[in-house]
Amino acid sequence: MEPFEYLEHTADVKFRARGRSPEEAFENAALAMMTAMIDPSTVRLEEAWPVEIEAEGLENLLYEWLSEVLYLFEVELAVFSKFEVKLDEGEDGWRLSGRIGGERVDPERHLFETEVKAVTLHQFEIRKEEREGGEEIWTAQVVLDV
Amino acid sequence: MLKKVDDYIFEVPMGHQKGMRVPGRIFISEKLLEQVEPGTIDQVANVATLPGIVNYSMAMPDAHLGYGFPIGGVAAFREDGGVISPGGVGFDINCGVRMLRTDLRADDVAPMISNLVEDLFTAVPSGVGAKGRLRVSEHELDEAFTRGAAWAVEAGFGVPEDLEHCEENGRLEGAETDHISLKARKRGRPQLGTLGSGNHFLEIQRVDRIFDERLAEQFGIFEGQVTVMIHCGSRGAGHQICTDHLQVLSGAVKKYGMELPDKQLACAPLGTPEAENYFGAMAAAANYAWANRQIISAWTREVFERYFDNAELDLVYDVAHNVAKVEEHSVDGSKERLYVHRKGATRAFGPGRPEIPAAYREVGQPVLIPGSMGTPSYVLCGSEGAMRLTFGSACHGAGRIMSRTQAKKTYAGTEVKDELTRRGIKVMATSPKMLAEEAPEVYKPSDEVVDVVHHLDIARKVARVVPMGVSKG
Repeated sequence: MEPFEYLEHTADVKFRARGRSPEEAFENAALAMMTAMIDPSTVRLEEAWPVEIEAEGLENLLYEWLSEVLYLFEVELAVFSKFEVKLDEGEDGWRLSGRIGGERVDPERHLFETEVKAVTLHQFEIRKEEREGGEEIWTAQVVLDV
Repeated sequence: MLKKVDDYIFEVPMGHQKGMRVPGRIFISEKLLEQVEPGTIDQVANVATLPGIVNYSMAMPDAHLGYGFPIGGVAAFREDGGVISPGGVGFDINCGVRMLRTDLRADDVAPMISNLVEDLFTAVPSGVGAKGRLRVSEHELDEAFTRGAAWAVEAGFGVPEDLEHCEENGRLEGAETDHISLKARKRGRPQLGTLGSGNHFLEIQRVDRIFDERLAEQFGIFEGQVTVMIHCGSRGAGHQICTDHLQVLSGAVKKYGMELPDKQLACAPLGTPEAENYFGAMAAAANYAWANRQIISAWTREVFERYFDNAELDLVYDVAHNVAKVEEHSVDGSKERLYVHRKGATRAFGPGRPEIPAAYREVGQPVLIPGSMGTPSYVLCGSEGAMRLTFGSACHGAGRIMSRTQAKKTYAGTEVKDELTRRGIKVMATSPKMLAEEAPEVYKPSDEVVDVVHHLDIARKVARVVPMGVSKG
């Protein structure tokens, strides 16, 4: 299973991220978004940022999660390469507790490929697929405005 | 699939997409239409399903695949029964273009071009996550949100005459800060006075061709003149405001029982709290963008004055190409107030409209069409065809034809820079890698796009300008 793949889109960046659990799909989606901007192998794990989000549905939660990663990138001026997500479904909806690892931007070492402006809702979805042998695969499809 | 209505008008018929309320219309040549992807046409049809849409869901000749609305999309909605949608504005609210005309000739500026571009690159911060030179207070940020360029001029950036030469005088009415999140404020504060990245630029140009002497004179433009073009928007503040309200409006779609073909078309019926809150916050982001371009203009003038005593850089005009506005248009012979959405389209009001500054009112407004990096930009003049066909709208650029991924596979950033240098264009950029995805070849030729709006009398060609030097993110 590839953690993510980029799909053709003329003006923006479109990707499909996968995971054996919704948690893993969330983590890989964040990694796919970050990789569109910068090579994650150039990012050292020096700091960690906690993330707590609540949302009604899993789809809203994914949208808020990716938007939160972008927000942290911009206000903390930090780049990330490690994403850890824990999801809980409660009576009122979903809850995400996460940790994002990375470091502050160093213009000498961090060469940006592109700037992601925002996460769009265009063709946005997260769904579960059953593979042969009953293996569950979660897929998140996202188009980024760049 | 598409019905040819005229040499430059193609109709997306009812039934192309379930639930269309009006047909779609693409204003384009047959040749340019060949490069329009099926997905773009589907997006035109999707917009046609939105409640209260008037006449047609439209796309300009630079139309290409977007998210929600197509890029180059124009749609107007009735005040009564219509909607407002962030998908019709985009994340970079009031991304726009302004042009300054100088009293300098290209021959005099050419020897200094490297110094000018290097100084502009330092004076106007650009690039991913760039922070500005300004440290504005929370109060000043509120002022930028509510009063736009007018606040910037009062704060010492520019002169009052600049305001008259901005669309909406650089200040959209109805801006509210109540529904701007803390996150949007935190992103907005450090970025006021920054260019951003991607296709945004600050360019020194030479007027290389005049198409219409009379109109050029009216706009103060002559052959061989040096002009400056600034292309940027509302930065992180606008992106966050759109992100926040998109989620609210997604909820409104359910609440008001609407069915949409694409989640990014999330919208709310006009008059509902969700619609009003979005409009107020969107207008505030638009004002932030006008303040941003105003500040950048002031720093550009400072740089020119270092090399040319008493250099005069007057604002020709400032246009917004990602915005939703309330405008009066003629519908079936009577005047109606409409919410006009322009997603990658420029207002192109023809002669006589009261919104146009006095100096241009008798001829029509200047319409600024930025080229891609290294290619010509155009100055046009809004005309009658726009009022008749497109709710006073024209194209906004060249229109992308090659994806960023493909562009990077095909071109290396350094090669792009070398090629521009060979052609005598000085380029400064924070990230050489990002130059590849903006290589001139990834866009449609802008002259063909501009010819379409000229032929339809949407906007007349006035002048062509070519780059001498460019500062990018």
